[in-house]
Amino acid sequence: MAETATATAKRTVKFIITRRETPDSAPYTEEFDIPYRPNMNVISALMEIQRNPVKADGTKTTPVVWESNCLEEVCGACSMVINGKPRQACSALIDNLEQPIRVAPMTTFPVVRDLVINRERMFNALKRVKAWIPIDGTYDLGPGPRMAESKRQWAYELSKCMTCGVCLEACPNVNDRSSFIGPAPISQVRLFNAHPTGEMNAHERLEALMTDGGIEGCGNSQNCVRSCPKGIPLTTSIAAINKDTTKHMFKRWLGM
Amino acid sequence: MSGNSFLPRKIHSLLGVIPLGLFFIEHALTNYSAFEGGQEGFKDSVEFLHSLPLIFFLELFLIWLPILFHGVYGLYLAFTSNLNVGRFNYGRNWAFALQRISGVFTFIFVIWHVWQTRVQVALGNTTNEEIGQHMHDIVTQPGFFILYFVAVIAATFHFANGLWAFLVSWGITIGPRAQKVSSRICMGIFVIVAVLFILSLFAFRGDEFASASAAIGSLSSAVLG
Repeated sequence: MAETATATAKRTVKFIITRRETPDSAPYTEEFDIPYRPNMNVISALMEIQRNPVKADGTKTTPVVWESNCLEEVCGACSMVINGKPRQACSALIDNLEQPIRVAPMTTFPVVRDLVINRERMFNALKRVKAWIPIDGTYDLGPGPRMAESKRQWAYELSKCMTCGVCLEACPNVNDRSSFIGPAPISQVRLFNAHPTGEMNAHERLEALMTDGGIEGCGNSQNCVRSCPKGIPLTTSIAAINKDTTKHMFKRWLGM
Repeated sequence: MSGNSFLPRKIHSLLGVIPLGLFFIEHALTNYSAFEGGQEGFKDSVEFLHSLPLIFFLELFLIWLPILFHGVYGLYLAFTSNLNVGRFNYGRNWAFALQRISGVFTFIFVIWHVWQTRVQVALGNTTNEEIGQHMHDIVTQPGFFILYFVAVIAATFHFANGLWAFLVSWGITIGPRAQKVSSRICMGIFVIVAVLFILSLFAFRGDEFASASAAIGSLSSAVLG
């Protein structure tokens, strides 16, 4: 038992981390050898670097900066590119990763420092498409219409979106030459348009997606649905909203 | 709709199928008549097309203007896309990348092809009756044969995969099952139409198009000149 413990303590995990000091400074990589512990994830490895910021060559460095909150893959804060794929660092278990483990920020978003990115565009997108249910009135509006259970079941899957940004990082059409809003907010339009009260303002959300940088930016690469950590049927949402925006376009033309 | 890309993107998608997709199928069938009916069959097909009333306006509104819009807007779309198949090595992502690559290649080829055929007819360097021999002279040159061979495959892929994307973009195939079935059908269309074009390329290489049309060519030059 004691021998196993020493053997485990000697094992290290190799990390190659892409860092940068400021939003505008050039990125560089640093290597770390981190003592292995059973069941560790990328976050606990980053915590180890925070405790002991020493590189693989033995020289001291600044601790690597990252963001995380829930540590159970529901908040979306710790999204980063791990071994080439965007995903959450908290659910990236070291035992399941090929070494050396390459960690880099999701550069589709502005990088603040090291692995910290600014996902503000995702929250702006939710505001733009009005991803909420308006229930306020000057008097009590009473209870809204009920939602069918069968509909609630698939809508619930869409509500799992944590605005983590992985689908935008995977999408080849989200880049600095395009204003495409990205897959996540399109799926949220489907969610809020499915809601019996939200449906009353369905046209406002559809019209938001029919403006520049809206749903027409989708090129059907379908990387989003393959990358979504919550398994949200993003391409089904996009196609469904394609149908709704197409119908809305004809209705507007015909004045219906 | 003030200054937005929703409408142009929709028009781009529609034009790719109607009229350009329909014209593309028609082109494949006309060429295939060279394989099926030889020199005479092809000549009849070309004559039928050019006997259509208002042929100039049909060409203008069903072919030239749609190709111009679809091609130029398509170049813009290709420019605004990243290709990330290295990081995301998935089948549909490859189709996405190839759609853009084949689109740009096909557009450049089409400009060349129109110059080499339709414009030469307009300039009087060849005629609709001699177009079979004209094609024979082109595709018997190995360089041009390879160019045409690759171009018909690229163009057919772009058409078939574009048809799949059209069905998604207009909200016709929504769920993963519908999109899977339609992708199989579209890849079937890709194979069939590509075979039609390739067979006709080989048909144009045949001696029949050389000798028979050479005879017609010398006859017409004798008559004309």
